[in-house]
Amino acid sequence: MTAHLRASGVAAGRLDKETAEANFDDLHPAYASHEAMVAADRCYFCHDAPCITACPTAIDIPLFIRQIATGTPEAAAETILEQNILGGMCARVCPTETLCEQACVREAAEGKPVEIGRLQRHATDTLMAQGVHPFERAARSGKTVAVVGAGPAGLACAHRLAMLGHDAVIFEARAKGGGLNEFGIAAYKSTQDFAQKELDWLLKIGGIEIRYGQALGDTISLSGLREEFDAVFLGMGLGGVNALSLEGEGTGNVLDAVDFIADLRQAEDMTQLPVGRRVVVIGGGMTAVDAAVQSKLLGAEDVTIVYRRGSDAMSASKFEQDLAQQKGVRILCNAAPVGIEGNGSLTGVTFAYTDTRGGKLVTTDETFTLPADQLFKAIGQTLDGAPEDLALERGKIAVVAAGRTSVDGVWAGGDCALGGDDLTVTAVAEGRDAALDIHAKLAGAS
Amino acid sequence: MADLTTTFCGITSPNPFWLASAPPTDKEYNVRRAFEAGWGGAVWKTLGMEGPPVVNVNGPRYGAIWGADRRLLGLNNIELITDRPLSVNLEEMTRVKKDFPDHALVASVMVPCEEAAWKEILPRIAETGCDGFELNFGCPHGMAERGMGSAVGQVPEYIEMVTRWCKEATGLPVIVKLTPNITNILGPAQAAKDGGADAVSLINTINSITSVNLDDMSPEPMIDGKGTHGGYCGPAVKPIALNMVAEIARNPSTYGMPISGIGGVTTWRDAAEFMALGAGNVQVCTAAMTYGFKIVQEMISGLSQWMDEKGHTRVEDIVGRAVPNVTDWQYLNLNHVTKARISQADCIKCGRCYAACEDTSHQAITMSPDRVFEVQDDECVACNLCVNVCPVENCITMEVLEPGMVDERTGQTVEAEPANWTMHPNNPSATAAE
Repeated sequence: MTAHLRASGVAAGRLDKETAEANFDDLHPAYASHEAMVAADRCYFCHDAPCITACPTAIDIPLFIRQIATGTPEAAAETILEQNILGGMCARVCPTETLCEQACVREAAEGKPVEIGRLQRHATDTLMAQGVHPFERAARSGKTVAVVGAGPAGLACAHRLAMLGHDAVIFEARAKGGGLNEFGIAAYKSTQDFAQKELDWLLKIGGIEIRYGQALGDTISLSGLREEFDAVFLGMGLGGVNALSLEGEGTGNVLDAVDFIADLRQAEDMTQLPVGRRVVVIGGGMTAVDAAVQSKLLGAEDVTIVYRRGSDAMSASKFEQDLAQQKGVRILCNAAPVGIEGNGSLTGVTFAYTDTRGGKLVTTDETFTLPADQLFKAIGQTLDGAPEDLALERGKIAVVAAGRTSVDGVWAGGDCALGGDDLTVTAVAEGRDAALDIHAKLAGAS
Repeated sequence: MADLTTTFCGITSPNPFWLASAPPTDKEYNVRRAFEAGWGGAVWKTLGMEGPPVVNVNGPRYGAIWGADRRLLGLNNIELITDRPLSVNLEEMTRVKKDFPDHALVASVMVPCEEAAWKEILPRIAETGCDGFELNFGCPHGMAERGMGSAVGQVPEYIEMVTRWCKEATGLPVIVKLTPNITNILGPAQAAKDGGADAVSLINTINSITSVNLDDMSPEPMIDGKGTHGGYCGPAVKPIALNMVAEIARNPSTYGMPISGIGGVTTWRDAAEFMALGAGNVQVCTAAMTYGFKIVQEMISGLSQWMDEKGHTRVEDIVGRAVPNVTDWQYLNLNHVTKARISQADCIKCGRCYAACEDTSHQAITMSPDRVFEVQDDECVACNLCVNVCPVENCITMEVLEPGMVDERTGQTVEAEPANWTMHPNNPSATAAE
């Protein structure tokens, strides 16, 4: 069953089970409680702290860190969760290096920010380990809201609606909730089935029902939801992926990175997952890094990310780029794919170097071919199957204010809606804020 | 290289670092290790009367407060004087002194407040070859309730009386150890001097409860559900000790009396500060209990380096150098005007100076939308709080306004001549400058 590490082609079991499991262990392990105290002590409790401003959900970071430092991580968790009900996942997956920790004054002072993400995890893990759900619902309003998608935006929206006394029904296309938290994040960032545990914990608020296997445009329609519910929130994410538009894209082992990442997250045993000996990943975002790093962790010998622009234009943060390189991934910039090699089975990918001429990215005549037996496409996701009557803008659902769409009574947030970075934390903020707006609207209408 | 040899009230030691009378000096084993590690002297743990020794609780005997990384900041103890037989201690002291003739070995003593008791025990202890005595008038717990320790130290008349008995009983130097659990340290210090003491040592521990166990609702350290006050020591008590040492050093009638500085000495710098304020040597306990005897190596190297840098060749050169600059509030120069200055290059924009000034002080720092913090000279009273709360050393400094400059807060021109409260027009008892 064990494939040789240097066996060509796409094969499972390149690593023994122990090594594979170690490779996919927590990227940032949890603090021991003393470590947390020491880390918390580094916070200066800044006035009007820059880290709060940098957080899309505006968590009162100095306050929660002080609550940890004074031995009340449960109170700290409440401070976090009040603003961000998925604070546990965000503590794991947020690119803190470009958000709160980048804004931390100690980053400016000494290049070593307070480890806000790990402290947040310490607080939320402590509370969740106790099985406590710290929020109670307001008196029932009698209003019901349909939420499409059980990802970060939908869950945050539904939870806030439930807190405010409304009943929420979440329609989830897949058989499992969590959205990208469950299917779209590198396995070493969310270990031990955390997304499901967090989902179960979130639902303890009550007033939220999830109906699985319900996809918009398939078993449910926007008009039907509008008829049945007092409001609708759309948070179904981006279901489609961009194509390379190259001949041979249908060749075997040319795959979408998001599917590979989803398979990794759902895998019970990493040694069962096939991976190439030589892997090429095209793209410059987190998805590209996640796919490349995990290929390497599965035992691929050569993994190369190829990005058409310079490294500073990559949407993957410097931290992510460094992580990739530290894991042995090569990052090639300023090259775009021009040919898929192989007859039926992939043997290589040909790239042309790019140049910027007159502000426009163009390919040059200089080309090279990377041998590859597996190619992952990570060049962006697209909105798939949006209801026709919704106004779109730049390929996403157009929204104003707190997620109001062009259709009355319909809100949208998360990756499917325009605005904000496509991050878990942004989706949570948008879902939460839409819920507040829905609440205001429903209250005004009653 | 500076010569650290110290002669303190006639007792010579290779350096000014002595171990204070406490658990680290309870046994021959410990004191030998200490001297081998480099300590200049040791005050043996307090000896009591012949007869059945005191009994200690089994413990816990210590309570502590810590910084975030469990750095021990303050320690409290409820241990009593030595609980080993007098004869054992004396035999051990004799052996240690014989093997370490150049090191200072001082006997701490505490017996009931009776003349015969003191006059009987001192000559007997002197047979060990010890270099002097330290009278324990400081211990605030356990022994005080039996009329000893701080119960004596809190009554200047008793201090004088017992000191006199001791001076009559021995030709060796007598050091009186003072308790800080009083309102004015000068009374006990004067009493010691009047009784003929060769020196004072201070401070002994401060009466304290370190913390309360909120589960069991008992003070810590908790013994079977109950706790008692104990003696507080360690880095946290140093400022209190420094002040008491300085008060004695600058008081005209106690000026010049040798002082052994005790209280939170943890580094060479702490020791240098005590000595600058008039201490002829220092005694250390908590730092050794926290880190072991080896720390004396840093104390020796640090003090030597600093003395070399400053051009001091002998310990005597540094003792009391800061004493002339310790004064009373009323003599501070009211014409000395400074203003806080924030180095924008060093500022990390935490805003702590702003919060401190805006919420709790003089509203003299402004904050712009892009987090630039600036001092408003017309409001700044130069309280220095911003300097103290700023996490970046030397980011905020106090700039002295030169004579002739205008203080924007008061609108007055800075005077070249100093002026203090004693001559200020608002002072009803001011003496007008003629």
